Amino acid sequence: MNKQNKEPWFSAKNLKLIKNPLSKENPITVQVLGICSTLAVTAKMQPAIVMALGVTVVVAMSNLLCSLLRNTIPSRIRIIVQLVIVSLLVIIVDQILKAFVYEISKQLSVFVSLIVTNCIVMGRIEAFALSNKPVPSFIDGIGNGLGYGIILLVVSFIRELFGSGTLWGYNVVPQWLYEHGYSNNSLMIMPPMALIVVGLIVWAHRSRNKELCE
Amino acid sequence: MFSNRYIFIYSTVLVVVAAAILAVAAVGLKPYQEANTRIENKQQLLSCVGISSTTKNAEALYEQYFTEEVAVNAQGEEIKANDDTKPVYICTKDGKKIYVVPVVGKGLWGSLWGNVALADDLTTVVGVNFGHSSETPGLGAEITTKPFQQQFEGKAIFDGTVFTSVKVEKRVGKDNPHAVDAISGGTITSKGVSAMLNDCLMFYIPYFNRLKTK
Repeated sequence: MNKQNKEPWFSAKNLKLIKNPLSKENPITVQVLGICSTLAVTAKMQPAIVMALGVTVVVAMSNLLCSLLRNTIPSRIRIIVQLVIVSLLVIIVDQILKAFVYEISKQLSVFVSLIVTNCIVMGRIEAFALSNKPVPSFIDGIGNGLGYGIILLVVSFIRELFGSGTLWGYNVVPQWLYEHGYSNNSLMIMPPMALIVVGLIVWAHRSRNKELCE
Repeated sequence: MFSNRYIFIYSTVLVVVAAAILAVAAVGLKPYQEANTRIENKQQLLSCVGISSTTKNAEALYEQYFTEEVAVNAQGEEIKANDDTKPVYICTKDGKKIYVVPVVGKGLWGSLWGNVALADDLTTVVGVNFGHSSETPGLGAEITTKPFQQQFEGKAIFDGTVFTSVKVEKRVGKDNPHAVDAISGGTITSKGVSAMLNDCLMFYIPYFNRLKTK
């Protein structure tokens, strides 16, 4: 009890917790969680990154808190307790965004508050944090947040490039291309196109990792 | 197994702690959030008189151009602001006065708002801007776009001395001085804008008449 054998923060086991969600256990492409917000916030890169950071912070912190409290939480009300913790964190993130990156928070609008219902968050608490120590839980949260973030990054890169001709708000498609009849594909800005892009990523991902196919 | 007593106490303490944290966060971040809305307001006022601004220089530009802010009542008198008065923002640009009045109304899904800038003849529209809380993207939400708002420039809200407002209707064409083209697919939002302009500008007619006879 008094002397727990200390595991280094970045042991092989913990590193795996970060690496796995990036590819083989990716929350979006493999577990198919958090699709709703993926479709909504990926029209531009800036809001997508802010959203990814928000989700990462919330998953990591809620994993950490739930893991710290795991032995005190009565299992009969554990879902409620998790919800209180998650929504507390989400409201704080929302308030901070409104105070310091107002423009982006307007674009994200309700989707920040909807992190509460993002299945990744509750999913990781239930599946991991409640049965693991705080440090691995925190790392698992970071890993899943990044796994979510990397897909958002790829999808928003494609959508912003072809939909608006910009990247991170800067014009990248040269003017002469427009003069020669090129035009932005406005379908790219619409949510259905995000679903198709995510689908293509899932396809590519599975064809490279045969073990993911059922 | 936890007793009922434990569960009650546990959940009460958890909720109280969460509420306390949120209260601290909300109070602490409020000044920043209020500054953001204040700046956004000023940017909108500036944009409808044709001055582009960034979040950084908005307050300085506002100070520079907007010389007066008066409250008028339904009889058109300038009095101290109270619940029955509405504001008029007076801007001096290139030696001429521009009167900006705020408007609010209803769209299809939620509220609409905006500003209308009138030249010193109190008839010609210099510029407008509109905002909305939840109109349909690509349809009703188009009212926030430049092409829609630019249609209003140069329109007249009076025909001689008769108040006409600026109507938003189907197929009006460029020549009608008292109407602009509605958004196809955004009929109810377009009607909402039309009604909003009519209702809100009506309030200011006594004030405008008073200024004209001055």
